Amino acid sequence: MMNKKAYKRIIPGFGLSFGITLLYLGFIVIIPLCSLVIFTAGISPGVFLETVTRPRVLSSYMVSFSTALAAAVVDAVMGVIIAWVLVRYQFPGKKLMNGIIELPFALPTAVAGISLTHLTTDKGWIGKMFHDAFGIDIAYTRLGITVALVFIGIPFVVRSVEPVLEKMDRGVEEAADMLGAGRTKIFFDIILPEIAPALFSGFSLSFARGLGEYGSVVFIAGNKPYETEIAPLMILSQLQEYDYTSATAIALVMLIAAFIILLINSYIQSRSAKITGGMA
Amino acid sequence: MYVEMKNISKSFADCKACDDISFGIEQGKLVALLGPSGSGKTTLLRMIAGLEIQDGGDILIDGRVVNDVPGKDREIGFVFQNYALFRYMTVYDNIAYGLKIKKVPAKQIRETVMELIGLVGLSGMEKRYPAQLSGGQKQRVAFARALALKPKLLLLDEPFAAIDAKVRKELRNWLKDMISRVGITSIFVTHDQDEAVEVADDILIINEGRLEQIGRPLDIYKHPNTPFVAQFIGSSVVLDSFTGFKGFDEVKNDSKVVIRPEFVEAFKGDNPRFNKLISAAEKGTLRNIQFRGNCLEISLEVNGVILSTNRSLERRPVRIGDEMYVIVYRIYVINNEETAVHKNVLLKDINVEML
Ligand SMILES: Nc1ncnc2c1ncn2[C@@H]1O[C@H](COP(=O)(O)OP(=O)(O)O)[C@@H](O)[C@H]1O
Ligand SMILES: [Mg+2]
Repeated sequence: MMNKKAYKRIIPGFGLSFGITLLYLGFIVIIPLCSLVIFTAGISPGVFLETVTRPRVLSSYMVSFSTALAAAVVDAVMGVIIAWVLVRYQFPGKKLMNGIIELPFALPTAVAGISLTHLTTDKGWIGKMFHDAFGIDIAYTRLGITVALVFIGIPFVVRSVEPVLEKMDRGVEEAADMLGAGRTKIFFDIILPEIAPALFSGFSLSFARGLGEYGSVVFIAGNKPYETEIAPLMILSQLQEYDYTSATAIALVMLIAAFIILLINSYIQSRSAKITGGMA
Repeated sequence: MYVEMKNISKSFADCKACDDISFGIEQGKLVALLGPSGSGKTTLLRMIAGLEIQDGGDILIDGRVVNDVPGKDREIGFVFQNYALFRYMTVYDNIAYGLKIKKVPAKQIRETVMELIGLVGLSGMEKRYPAQLSGGQKQRVAFARALALKPKLLLLDEPFAAIDAKVRKELRNWLKDMISRVGITSIFVTHDQDEAVEVADDILIINEGRLEQIGRPLDIYKHPNTPFVAQFIGSSVVLDSFTGFKGFDEVKNDSKVVIRPEFVEAFKGDNPRFNKLISAAEKGTLRNIQFRGNCLEISLEVNGVILSTNRSLERRPVRIGDEMYVIVYRIYVINNEETAVHKNVLLKDINVEML
């Protein structure tokens, strides 16, 4: 028998807060997602497979995955650099810069999409520059989609990595320095392992978000079938044709993909927590 | 002199962390940098290691001016205050890190690391991560890591600060023993006088960025150069003036008087043992009693000043308010960095050590 006293907690309100948590998870997250699964379960496996392997659907997955992955990689690199600058250096306008980081979260995605499109068409400021100088078009290409996703995903990485860098003990870098490590070695041997879990967390969030991003992408993508048509757009166009079955089937694949990404992330987090928590 | 500091100064903004500090440390010595928190000990240590650059003055190591030599090329092992172990590396990899950077052949790395792990008594723990170690074990890893590149000088910043009191004593002896076994010149920072006195060959006392005194622990105890040192090493009462006390001349101008508890004796009027001394004693009132573990520290008000002395637990119990006779054997008179010992002239013919 467990001693009843063992259940006594110093912080009160566990029962109530845990109940609210369960309720929230249930209503807002699990039930809607389950309904998607159940709805799809009504479709025969044959139909499901036929739907999700249509060439146009497959190519939209390809577009979504490749651009989201590329954007997440860019975000990871850029995000670490931005977080580094924000944490380690003092400069005028730092507070402003820190505030701007969250803009992509606050801005309606359509606004971001339209302004990015304007900038990057071959008549826009940036688009014209790239078109004339390198012959590269940004808007209405996969590159354009990636640019939009980079914009949307960067806060995830910056905000994950920043607190870890802030908390890092500078003595550890000095210790490595005294042992003869150069700057590059210190970054890759000492700093990167410290920020890796947070970085991966930011990377997965940005990747998962990129997979599902719709508002900021549709304008800049151009939505050419087999070229710049993203998976969320496929879902939407099925819905517009009242083909709920196809829409949910396509959506389920996206859901599973996002779920796998977050699962890998959570595994990595728990592994690193074991090392730093002394349970490895 | 293995390490020489010449007129070292360092300021942070408007805070003077080191103010014209000069000293030398002989090869093979274990030296304590002792001073209260914020006195500039860490800053001084970090300048020797090249982690901080002095504003003025020269640092010489082994006869060479190292002002412009980066820390990693000064042949120094540094043990950081909170160990600064690499959290994502095992004990083995932590210790091996410097050797790997130096591209030492793998076989040789293995030999050196295993030897060090044996030396610090962590055999069998080489696969553990720092989070799986106790404070004392982390300390040992930090020590081994600092020694891996065979430095000629070992610097330790508050090596025992983060360790609980019980283990600390053990670890002190361990460190002293290790350092003498390795035979490396070492400087460690501490704010704890007991630690400095017990472990170090020489003590450097720092206060507010200035060097107050350098010397052997016993010499510093016996001949404190400044009121600060007298107060900081051993417990003592510092008085701005000391007038009309039986057996002593008045101490004039701005000299300070330092009286250690050992210099004071308090006894009851009916104690036959002190019969002969009564004529040299003043009357005082007991104001405070504190239990010090192995004795009582009693404070008495005598002629308007408070003096304290230690009282054996074997002696008669005393109570606050008791009238007692108080005798002062000797005092330190300190002025302008000079210390003089004044003895009680009324006791000239009495051998007080025999009492
Ligand atoms: N990096 C720094 N920036 C500003 N002030 C500092 C810095 N390091 C130390 N100081 C100041 O210098 C003084 C001495 O500090 P420190 O050497 O750490 O003292 P200790 O180690 O003796 O406690 C303190 O007043 C501290 O506030
Ligand atoms: Mg310090």
